[in-house]
Amino acid sequence: MAEEKKGPLGDELSRRQFFTKLGLGSLSIAAVGTVAFSYQYLEPNVLYEPSPIVNEGKPERYPLDSVTLDVNNAIYIIHSQEGYFSLSAICTHLGCMTAWKPELGIIACPCHGSKFYVRDEDDHKAGDKIEGPAPRPLPWKRIWLNDDGDLLVDRSTDVPAQARESFVRV
Amino acid sequence: MAKTVDQYFNELQQTRVWRSMFRSGTGSSTLKRALAIQQNVFLHLFSTKARTRVLSFSATWYLGTLTLGTFVILIATGIPLMLYYHPSVPQAYADTKDLQFVVSSGLFLRNLHRWAAHAMVFLVFAHMFKVFYRGAYRTPREFNWVIGVILLLITLLLSYTGYLLPWDQLAYWAITVGSNIASAVPLIGDKIHFLLLGGHAVNANALLRFYVLHCMILPLTAMFFVAIHFWRIRKDGGLYSHDSEPAVVRAQARNGVAAAIPTPGKAGDERAPATPGTEAK
Repeated sequence: MAEEKKGPLGDELSRRQFFTKLGLGSLSIAAVGTVAFSYQYLEPNVLYEPSPIVNEGKPERYPLDSVTLDVNNAIYIIHSQEGYFSLSAICTHLGCMTAWKPELGIIACPCHGSKFYVRDEDDHKAGDKIEGPAPRPLPWKRIWLNDDGDLLVDRSTDVPAQARESFVRV
Repeated sequence: MAKTVDQYFNELQQTRVWRSMFRSGTGSSTLKRALAIQQNVFLHLFSTKARTRVLSFSATWYLGTLTLGTFVILIATGIPLMLYYHPSVPQAYADTKDLQFVVSSGLFLRNLHRWAAHAMVFLVFAHMFKVFYRGAYRTPREFNWVIGVILLLITLLLSYTGYLLPWDQLAYWAITVGSNIASAVPLIGDKIHFLLLGGHAVNANALLRFYVLHCMILPLTAMFFVAIHFWRIRKDGGLYSHDSEPAVVRAQARNGVAAAIPTPGKAGDERAPATPGTEAK
């Protein structure tokens, strides 16, 4: 029954060994497939999350030299001498929502005490960190006017701080 | 002639129904007593006999047992809470309020669940400190210490996932901060963050994922490791007691009752070949 057979490379492989290897090989492939499919299953393909692009209304809503926090969308609309720009309100430390402190003229995070500039000066830009654990400045967000004259902000797109194209001028 | 309660009970134990459930029989012999433990599905994880000195309060302070007690309370209160709680964004907070103010005994169950959860985290740490400072993690119990560390992590994850479920401001920001800590892992941090929340922000998917983790995956994992934890106690020679350590017993025999306390390193070397209770297993 159990014949000794020589494989193409000359190594001896009995029928039992061959089927053992075949079986273990198939199980390994199936196991790898299961891991891959499980990972894909856990990763949602469609997200029912709010759109990253939000409408912030007419520019006239924001007086000159004002900082306005949109709590629902977690961004600031800032009207400076150079124009309108938008900063993320999400602290770069651990994701808490920061707050505008008009009495201090800075942005501060209630969770772990990070502080950020809102104005461009000689040695720093708006969004730069003053102090605290935050590792990065608050990112600037792309802002533009639509055909109706409303300010739109794309929260998923960062733009360079203090760059010309990062402002909207009306 | 009137029968005593004892006699009725003895008769009951002889009936066919009783004997079909409890095969070991009864009796006061050591064998019968041992079999009564060993053949019980709930008790067979434990040693069939224990020395009275390891059951004294000073041996363990009962911290492991108390931890199990809080875990049982958490299951017993958590399941009824699930009957009123919907893990969905519009309902989660309102259901929590209902449990607090509308459902009969809801306030009691919810608070009991909460306090038992706090107590469990505290007791797990106390249990680990006790094991650490008593040196009960040493040979042959090193593997059970590792199981214990896994159980500590599961306990903390249970605590963390349960924290989101009330869906209030405290929960929302705590999970925002906590999940952002996960994204600090090098290279795969953002992936872990995304898979944990099922999205980019704490939202409906995150609530549902935390609910499933809290009510199904983590408790089942905990039970799996708790079973191994208890079984290992039995296999490693029963509950640890400083008094029954061979080095201490030998020192006591040499010096009388005022025993020298061996240093951990030295004691570990001496103990390894002669741990009581392991020979027969």
